[in-house]
Amino acid sequence: MADLTISLKHLVKKFGNQTVLKDINLDVHTHEIVGLIGPSGAGKSTVIKTALGMEVADGGSAKVFGTTMPNRELLANIGYMAQTDALYYDLSGKENLKFFAVMKGLTKDETSKEIDHVAKVVDLTQDLNKRVSGYSGGMMRRLSLAIALLGKPKLLILDEPTVGIDPALRRQIWKELQNIRDEGRSILITTHVMDEAELTDKVALLLDGKVMAFDKPDVLKMQYEVDSIEDVFLKAEGDL
Amino acid sequence: MNRVLKELFRDKRTLALMFLAPILILLLMSFIFNSNSTTNVDIATVSMPSNINSNLDNTKHVNVTKYSSKKAANKALKDDKVDAIIQKKSDNYDLTYSNTDSTKTAAVKMAFKNAMTNTTISTLKSKLTLASTALAKVQSQIPNAAGTTTQQKQTSSTPKITNHYVYGNSDTGFFDKILPILMGFFVFFFVFLISGMALLKERTSGTLDRLLATPVKRYEIVFGYMASYGILAVIQTIIIVIVTVWLIGIQVVGNIFYVILINLILALVALAFGILVSTFANSEFQMMQFIPILVIPQVFFSGIIPLDSMAGWVKDISYIIPIKYSGDAASRVIMQGQGLGSLGLDFGVLFIFLIVLTILNVVGLKRYRKV
Repeated sequence: MADLTISLKHLVKKFGNQTVLKDINLDVHTHEIVGLIGPSGAGKSTVIKTALGMEVADGGSAKVFGTTMPNRELLANIGYMAQTDALYYDLSGKENLKFFAVMKGLTKDETSKEIDHVAKVVDLTQDLNKRVSGYSGGMMRRLSLAIALLGKPKLLILDEPTVGIDPALRRQIWKELQNIRDEGRSILITTHVMDEAELTDKVALLLDGKVMAFDKPDVLKMQYEVDSIEDVFLKAEGDL
Repeated sequence: MNRVLKELFRDKRTLALMFLAPILILLLMSFIFNSNSTTNVDIATVSMPSNINSNLDNTKHVNVTKYSSKKAANKALKDDKVDAIIQKKSDNYDLTYSNTDSTKTAAVKMAFKNAMTNTTISTLKSKLTLASTALAKVQSQIPNAAGTTTQQKQTSSTPKITNHYVYGNSDTGFFDKILPILMGFFVFFFVFLISGMALLKERTSGTLDRLLATPVKRYEIVFGYMASYGILAVIQTIIIVIVTVWLIGIQVVGNIFYVILINLILALVALAFGILVSTFANSEFQMMQFIPILVIPQVFFSGIIPLDSMAGWVKDISYIIPIKYSGDAASRVIMQGQGLGSLGLDFGVLFIFLIVLTILNVVGLKRYRKV
């Protein structure tokens, strides 16, 4: 078995009186793409924020690379893409990339090489010098993904990365994600698109603050005796 | 930090607001303001006749202190204990105004004039009664007695009055007095608003989250903002100073460099303040709502409206107003030409504001990332 990258054990997270996460157990290994699916408000973003150390767990443990989060230095090895695009609209695409590269602590040589590489992956090379305010929604999403890819992080945490991206490019991005996995890096991804969930190595079904099911897509389909992840999702929700 | 600057310079409108708006407002105010209001004045008198002294003292809002020599009075003037000196030299009067507050200068002039008239009238009266008692006795001497009174009147009512001004001249108006404070206010207001908005935008657009998802340290973010807005504040202050000196024609006695330094520190305080306040706002509109609550009171207590006439407890509020200290320091540099040494207290307090607010900000960012 490959190494453990993320390890969440009996994770509990409360906001005020509301318990958002009740008991989350989730492991992400290297060479693995783990998909996190669940209805809106199930706590997908909270899981991600806790793994990043932006929130502190109220119970249980959250470890990344064997170290308990929050830990600032570890963030250098994590590429994060939020649900919102989180870009500086007055800057050009290149300036955005450059800024985050500096923030991630890349050296100058690495920076320019990395920018060229990630721009190619998301197919933005030609538009890099335009200001982001002139980008289309899909272009912004791609730039946001490019920022997460900067610096070849060992762990990628992507919150809805393919919203608003056309099918051809989506396929291309998934191919790149699979390349990243094959390099021995790991990816934790949330998604609403169920056929994307089929592309992952493992799917975690998040419902009511708990991981209801966590296994390979095929195994899940067999368990629930259906033939698509979408049906698994609906059935699990119906069982509740 | 580099990024913040770049972003700012792309935003032409915000820049224009920061640099042009203060100039416009300053110019407008210089045209509008030159009004007077009642204030209390302290006058030092040297070798003055006692009747004029008591007449002066009887005037409302005027306190008279007698000094034995011009030297002692001058010292009091310099220490800000008195606002003007009146000295009698043989038959002439020598008036020296500190003139840091034109309303006070005007009040002194008025009081002195009234006192002089009153004294003249009373001497005239006594002369007249004297003359009328003599009238009954020596009727033939009437024209003679009348002649003496008119003569007396002439000598006592037209002594030569010389005016001296420590700062500025007879044209120094109310505007000149509030200008150093206004300068600080503009720096404070615009830096506060724009930095608060910038961080708010960073927070609502999610870039702050993303920034915090990199190994960047929290204080690096705060300092980065401070450095870039510090540069902007320096440019803004320089522009304002140039405008006030060249366009409006204000006399700066002290070192202009100190003025810039004071305003730079104030800008950093404003920046830290803006960032702190922006964490309590969820939208630009809510940020605007802080202006009447937090910024406008600063104007009232900054010293633009004379604080001496306020009640004691109201006066105490001014001690927590950063602009009061910068305005105080800037006034002293511009009007009295004081050096850095005598501004220690003002600087100290401003630095304390700055340090406390910065620490609060660094800690406050913990809300968004726990390390």
